[in-house]
Amino acid sequence: MKLFKKAKTFHGGVHPNEYKELTENSAFEIMPNPAQIIVPISQHIGKPAKPLVKKGEEVKAGAVIAEPDGFVSVPIHTSISGKVVKISKESNVSGAPKHAIIIKANEENEVELMPSLNPDTLTPEEIRARVKEAGIVGQGGAAFPTYIKLTPPEDKKIDYVILNGCECEPYLTRDDRFMLERSNDIIAGLKLAMKALGVEKGAVGIEDNKPEAIDVMSVAVQDEPDIEVVKVKTKYPQGAEKMLIKAVLNREVPPGKLPLDVGVVIQNIGTAVAIADAVIKGEPELTAALTVSGLGINNPKNLIVRVGTPLADILEYCGGVKDNAHKVVVGGPMMGVAQFDFAAPVMKATSGILVLTEEEIKAHEETPCLNCGMCVGVCPLKLTPTKLARYAQLDKIDEAEKLGISVCIECGTCAYTCPANIPLVQWIRLGKERVNQLKNDKKSA
Amino acid sequence: MATVTANPTYKLELTSSPHVHSRWSTKQAMWMVVFALVPCIVSAILFFGIYQLTIIAVSVGFAVGTEAAIKYVRKRKITLNDGSALITGLLLALILPPNFNLAFVALGSIVAIALGKEIFGGLGYNIFNPALVGRAFLQASFPVQMTTWEQPNYAVDSVTSATPLASFKFDAVGTELNTMLIGNIGGSLGETSTIAILLGGLFLIAIGIVNYRIPLAMVIGVILFGGVFWLVDPAAYQNPLFHLLGGGFMFGALFMATDWVSSPLQSKGMWIYGFGIALVLILIRLFGGLPEGVMYAILFMNAFVPLINRYTQPTVFGGAK
Repeated sequence: MKLFKKAKTFHGGVHPNEYKELTENSAFEIMPNPAQIIVPISQHIGKPAKPLVKKGEEVKAGAVIAEPDGFVSVPIHTSISGKVVKISKESNVSGAPKHAIIIKANEENEVELMPSLNPDTLTPEEIRARVKEAGIVGQGGAAFPTYIKLTPPEDKKIDYVILNGCECEPYLTRDDRFMLERSNDIIAGLKLAMKALGVEKGAVGIEDNKPEAIDVMSVAVQDEPDIEVVKVKTKYPQGAEKMLIKAVLNREVPPGKLPLDVGVVIQNIGTAVAIADAVIKGEPELTAALTVSGLGINNPKNLIVRVGTPLADILEYCGGVKDNAHKVVVGGPMMGVAQFDFAAPVMKATSGILVLTEEEIKAHEETPCLNCGMCVGVCPLKLTPTKLARYAQLDKIDEAEKLGISVCIECGTCAYTCPANIPLVQWIRLGKERVNQLKNDKKSA
Repeated sequence: MATVTANPTYKLELTSSPHVHSRWSTKQAMWMVVFALVPCIVSAILFFGIYQLTIIAVSVGFAVGTEAAIKYVRKRKITLNDGSALITGLLLALILPPNFNLAFVALGSIVAIALGKEIFGGLGYNIFNPALVGRAFLQASFPVQMTTWEQPNYAVDSVTSATPLASFKFDAVGTELNTMLIGNIGGSLGETSTIAILLGGLFLIAIGIVNYRIPLAMVIGVILFGGVFWLVDPAAYQNPLFHLLGGGFMFGALFMATDWVSSPLQSKGMWIYGFGIALVLILIRLFGGLPEGVMYAILFMNAFVPLINRYTQPTVFGGAK
């Protein structure tokens, strides 16, 4: 009985207020081009790209303005036509200023596309080459270059590609909208990824709070016997790679290993769309799809914006922020980064901008740990956050490592839950940083 | 409406993720426990008279006062509004005999906070349940007064003023189980009415403040360990149901053993801890010199919590089983 099939899931997790209703029914709106874009040359994990343009140079939308430097790197394109104003260190949504190319828009609106390709006749090498050329990075948050994910080491046997349609972060609805509006492109992108990897089986994992998306995607895979739509339980962090693989395939990624060690490659819904656009339309990654939401923004929306658009332009376009705005976050409320400078631009992997009020944050006073064990109960990786945080605080890094601090995915479930409001995941992050420091010290010694 | 500029002129909070928080705070959780104890307070008044409120008032007053005084002397922030001292005072009062000497109540309350909690560094650092430390002190200091039980208000003549556990142990007199369920029996203030205790305790389990594993392990443990003896010799040993309803078992299982600070962190540890309490309890009740053993059983297992935590560390996700 398919109708009564129970949604699959993992151990632990939490149910934060979703607030998806703010934007889940608003179709994507295309925001007009901004007057100026700021394009960071590092929008991915790995080495920053090398700028190819000089101050004063005219560029056309779609042109490559920075080339990849090394294996883990991707090209950067300009998302609008205009003149290079300067190349300098600029504010960045990550918090630390980064080198960026600033381009002032001109009147021209035409986009320079790559030649369109036929998905059916492409070889795996051709798919990878196009994905790299288009500068595609993972849309799940980490912004790992996608072509590398499609180039696994030869000794790893991959048998599954899973698309991550969980969107377990509260507020965010862009993957939901993608599934409702572009289901066929998503499946096309998935099939391209499967072909590039030489994999037979595909799956799309969707949380059961998106019944419409599940329906639409199920229709889209009707004629695809090898692709399955899997309903997973609505629970944070269901969209974490390890949690999704556990739910969909019941495989556990061992500590320190990657999904490809259990034969799986995971791609985000947005990444699948980008792959399809790059191959079929020949469009490089010039836009970012994002949800602008929160009780502190006047008009919450799902938007398609040009990569490099400053946050200020977007907030203004959404009717501005309310007086009770307390925190502005890029990404989701569980793992996003708080912002202080709205001049910072949107990047390829930006998935949301949230304007939060105190009402939504529910901060309260920190008290000593009461040993209640709630953090232990919710940790999806079965760690003991309270102990890890204490060891990090005391700089007992050996002890923390013994308890598996490096396995932490920093989902923030522990700190979200802690009734004593101890910044558990924040301490653990610090501890992980120290683990790396000590390792590097050892190497250099 | 604030206008959007590149550099916001208004204040924005800047902290690292997560940016949202669950509804629970320490303070809120503590007040929920106080709320859950209301049925027990009502049953105390109902069965033993309105005077019992003075015992509660003295116990709470001295607990709160002691905590404030110690924080003041140690020049620490006074954290009374977290409600933890209030709970210790309340819990201590509810496990004392009716009409207990008020001076002794005050003494027990001071010991509970000073030696049970603050001496270890305050909330979160104590090894033993503070209220039980207070009661253990009183039991050792005033053994006669601690075992003198007032007859409940609605007692039928045939019920002696002793607790059902003591009647059975020393006089081989049984007590009707339904009387024990309602609470019209001799016993400590808040411990006699199983119905009132369940009302509050199940509420705490339902809202997620009390983990069901500890009380469940204790119940299963008592049925198991008590059941074995009962099956061997039903005349000499009471049936397990009697153990569940008698003495401070239910109160201990739902409000004492589940104290966050002095109970284990991991699920597996909670089961071990619960079974351990049940085993020690049955041994004391059946073979010890005292008719009741919930207090000592819990204190005994409290001491093992750090050890239990150490050996029940779960395997990390994806790790070797």
